Amino acid sequence: MFYGTDLTSRLLLGTAQYPSPIVLRAAIAASGAEVITVSLRREGAEGGAFREILTESGCRILPNTAGCHTVREAVTTAQMARELFGTNWIKLEVIGHADTLQPDPFALVEAARILSAEGFDVFPYTTEDLIVGEKLIEAGCRVLMPWGAPIGSGQGLRNEGGLRAMRAHFPGVPLVIDAGLGAPSQAARAMEMGFDAVLLNTAVAKATDPVAMASAFGQAVAAGRAAHAAGLMPSRDMAKASTPIFGMAELA
Amino acid sequence: MQIDLNGEARVTGARTLAQLIEEQGFDAASVATAVNGAFVSRSARDETPLSPGARVEVLSPMQGG
Repeated sequence: MFYGTDLTSRLLLGTAQYPSPIVLRAAIAASGAEVITVSLRREGAEGGAFREILTESGCRILPNTAGCHTVREAVTTAQMARELFGTNWIKLEVIGHADTLQPDPFALVEAARILSAEGFDVFPYTTEDLIVGEKLIEAGCRVLMPWGAPIGSGQGLRNEGGLRAMRAHFPGVPLVIDAGLGAPSQAARAMEMGFDAVLLNTAVAKATDPVAMASAFGQAVAAGRAAHAAGLMPSRDMAKASTPIFGMAELA
Repeated sequence: MQIDLNGEARVTGARTLAQLIEEQGFDAASVATAVNGAFVSRSARDETPLSPGARVEVLSPMQGG
């Protein structure tokens, strides 16, 4: 599914903003996620405890380049992450705008090209733009991660038509909805549409009960995936009786 | 000499990045380093000299989305 790694769970979970390390640990377990995202920051006091949670979770680590605004920052951060976490996986974020946290597609493609050439398995945080997606594939990416909506906004799939077109345009490429999801129903919808996975953080971390919400998202993702595999019926404008007319009594 | 460590001015007697990591009490195996915006691998810290005003970043795993 992702660079030769198959996963059972199609939910990727972020580790930021939880009310406590204990809740974080329980939420990871309840979600069923096998991949968690982490970042790199200046060494602080609580670094040791967090490292312990990462090891204990048994999850595969997907480090990010969150907060980077330039190619150089993102590339250096990725190189540091590779050494620290011992993985070629990198969630590549190159942010272009402070309010929307929209990716800078030009810098993103350039950074993806550099990192792919250095042997990284790049997971680019991108938009639903098809041309940018093609350029990222050309740059060496074997996964694309279009946003559902701006990071942390909880709006869900803001451009469903565009995302559907993207799914159709890249039939063989693993596509992950990354960012913007606020509710399990939105995650289920993404999976029903044929996306391969979803990545989220705030919707779980900022829920009233993050552990229960983590479980809800895990179930929604599994249900959406099963529904996609089962083949959804086409929708129609007018009603169509489900109960047969044949054999009905004349009672009028 | 004075350098910049994680955004703060520091006076150090260290002459290499490896010495600085040790002097400042970091766990060398659980941090990643960069000097003046460029990654310096663990094995290259020994032969990475520090010059006055060098911007050193010492990073570790943190929560992220």
